[in-house]
Amino acid sequence: MGKRFITIVMVVMMLVLAVTVVSAQTKVIKIATQSPLSGGMSAVGTDIKNGAQLAIEQLSASLLKLGFKIELAPFDDQGNPDTGVANAKNIVADPSVLAIVGHYNSGVQIPASEEYHSAGLANISPANTNPKVTERNYLEISRICGRDDVQGAVGAQFAKSQGMKSAYVIHDKTAYGQGIAEYFKREAETLGIKVRGFAGTEEKANFDSILTPILASRPDVIYFGGMYDQAAVLFKQARQKGFKGMFLSDDGFDSSDATKIGGKVLLDGKGTYYSTVSGPAAAYPGTAKFIKDFKARFGSEPQPFAAQAYDSAALALLAIETAAKAAGGAVPTREAVAKAVRAIKAYKGITGTITFNGKGDLIKAKYFIIQLTSADPAQWSNNKIAKVLEIEPPK
Amino acid sequence: MRIVQLPVSVREIIRPLGRMVIFVVGAGALFSAVMILLALIFTGSPADKMLIENQEIGLLAYTISILPQVLIDGVTLGFVYAAIALGYTMVYGVLEFINFAHSEIFAIGAFAGVEFLLFMDRLGILAGASILFAYVLLIMAVLAGMMASGTAAVIVERTAYRPLRSAPRIVPLISAIGVSFILQDLIRLVESLTSGQFHRIFPSFGNFDDRVPLFSFATKQGPIDVDIQVKSIIVIVAAVIMLVGLNYIVNATRIGKAIRAVAQDRNSASLMGVYVNGVIAFTFLLGGALGGAAGVLYALKFTRIDPFVGFFPGMKAFTAAVLGGIGNLTGALLGGIVLGMLESFAGAYLTTFTMGAMGSEYKDIIAFAILILILIFRPSGLLGEQVSQKA
Repeated sequence: MGKRFITIVMVVMMLVLAVTVVSAQTKVIKIATQSPLSGGMSAVGTDIKNGAQLAIEQLSASLLKLGFKIELAPFDDQGNPDTGVANAKNIVADPSVLAIVGHYNSGVQIPASEEYHSAGLANISPANTNPKVTERNYLEISRICGRDDVQGAVGAQFAKSQGMKSAYVIHDKTAYGQGIAEYFKREAETLGIKVRGFAGTEEKANFDSILTPILASRPDVIYFGGMYDQAAVLFKQARQKGFKGMFLSDDGFDSSDATKIGGKVLLDGKGTYYSTVSGPAAAYPGTAKFIKDFKARFGSEPQPFAAQAYDSAALALLAIETAAKAAGGAVPTREAVAKAVRAIKAYKGITGTITFNGKGDLIKAKYFIIQLTSADPAQWSNNKIAKVLEIEPPK
Repeated sequence: MRIVQLPVSVREIIRPLGRMVIFVVGAGALFSAVMILLALIFTGSPADKMLIENQEIGLLAYTISILPQVLIDGVTLGFVYAAIALGYTMVYGVLEFINFAHSEIFAIGAFAGVEFLLFMDRLGILAGASILFAYVLLIMAVLAGMMASGTAAVIVERTAYRPLRSAPRIVPLISAIGVSFILQDLIRLVESLTSGQFHRIFPSFGNFDDRVPLFSFATKQGPIDVDIQVKSIIVIVAAVIMLVGLNYIVNATRIGKAIRAVAQDRNSASLMGVYVNGVIAFTFLLGGALGGAAGVLYALKFTRIDPFVGFFPGMKAFTAAVLGGIGNLTGALLGGIVLGMLESFAGAYLTTFTMGAMGSEYKDIIAFAILILILIFRPSGLLGEQVSQKA
């Protein structure tokens, strides 16, 4: 008994020693991701994680030379603000996490980023377009995509350019969906498009009672501010009830699941379009290699925002490296990493050249209008780019 | 004077049909009248003026012009709720507890039916199916849903409810909620292991998406066409067959008599030689199968399902059962139709009448507020008095 106890203690001590030795050689730094990995938006959320993972696998060699092992810490925010904040508390509590790539939903990012802000943890967002994300002027929060106030207006301008005279605006009542719908409505009214109605809904299956007043008002275009899992169902049911006009949505519509749900009726009538801050991967120079590597690593075409997640993680790696060098090879502080992110100038990412302004927005972001051209979900990334704009964020 | 007495079997087929017609026409007429009255009261209000400015049509004309479509949508939805509500009300009638797992039994049926059709699609059978064959496939899908759900309901009863039958009534209720969560995640697990998908889409085949024009009437803005989708007709017809069939089984067959006996007094029924466990299992089989069929019909109508698809229809159907008087089969039908209509009316008119202040998403609040009002004045539901003699 006594002998055995001593043996166990010895083994444990040796293990502890071994671990200390290893960790003395390579210090572990974690980059966390937060995105919906389960539930209705998991298709896009999983590829945000995969994009970041690919960047860490491909680009962390120079950090390894400095003696840092970079690990990915993926978190599932379920597209739910409560879960996102709970995860954020866990992430912040882990001192080895120096940067976080994430959030797909602005409604999750905004409350969760309050945690990052109070802990001084750098958050690079690949997909959050709500103005409030950067309007709070937090040093820690930056994004590499456009903004809803511009995106909503871009949608309205496109509708006007297509000769649309009246619109019916629906949104999903989230910070993201309602926000963008309001920007669309404001710009549409300025341009002289008649807004026949403006309504929010959390309905996901039965749009009958919502569609009756919409169809009775005979709009030229139905605009939906929100996510594809609602929009595609709404559009499909509207078409089946005889709506012949145009469907227009936002970057929340950007998922191949939209055609899987909506099917070929989306292509009928005046067609389906969406504005986005993230063009199909093919729209960017330098994504060809990314698409090839992504397919080889994960076995499927990257969903939207996977390339942005790759760039976000790449920026995080670069900032950690700069900060580590500045700290003389020691593990950098969170504050130093956050400052290093903002200090990055003209970084050549796969989605474009990245320079942040004082708020954490890109100095110039790209906006796309995409037209659906195929009902086959596998062809999603080959949809037609109807328009590309480069616009500065509002002052 | 007595009219010729019809045999029980024929009477039990005609009676529920007559009730359905009365309920649908009655509820439709009542709601339409209330709505037109409201439109008259609101004429000249800011809501009226806003509508004239935005759509060049007055409130009254607007209300009347979309009324037929709202009624059709309401009836369709009502029959879907009624078909699910039957499962709740049957189990309540026999065991006096709310089987909250019924909403997941419904989801299992929806998944079984849709997976069956998707499998047929992969085999390439769906694409070239003739109209007649499409209906045969749909019936097969409904049967697949019924079998899966019926089996699941019987298994749930055997494992989660029967051991607790003599426990206080709150215990099986909690067990039911637990089963409901387990089944939700079980569907999610099976789907993610097999197809890797969260949403499953009802494949489009046959002529189910076509629209049958009913009539058309002229307004200042142009003609308004009122039509009904083929799949809505299928949903209504199937729900009617289910309701009539169930009514027949319960009221005109031997096993039905046994079910009623067990519902009245389980111990006495047992003394009279009724095999109580068997009868209860059969009740679950029947309720589960109806729920499964309703699941497939729901998937047909609304096309997209996910593992949590059962929750809201289940809640609504439970409400419909309570509204009609839980434990009462006719009550479930009436409750379903009334709730479907309420939702359809509130959803279609709320935005216009409140000038956008309350969107159609408040339809549930209106529907449930009226429900609370009804239950305050009739605590046992609309048709509750018929079950008052029940033990």
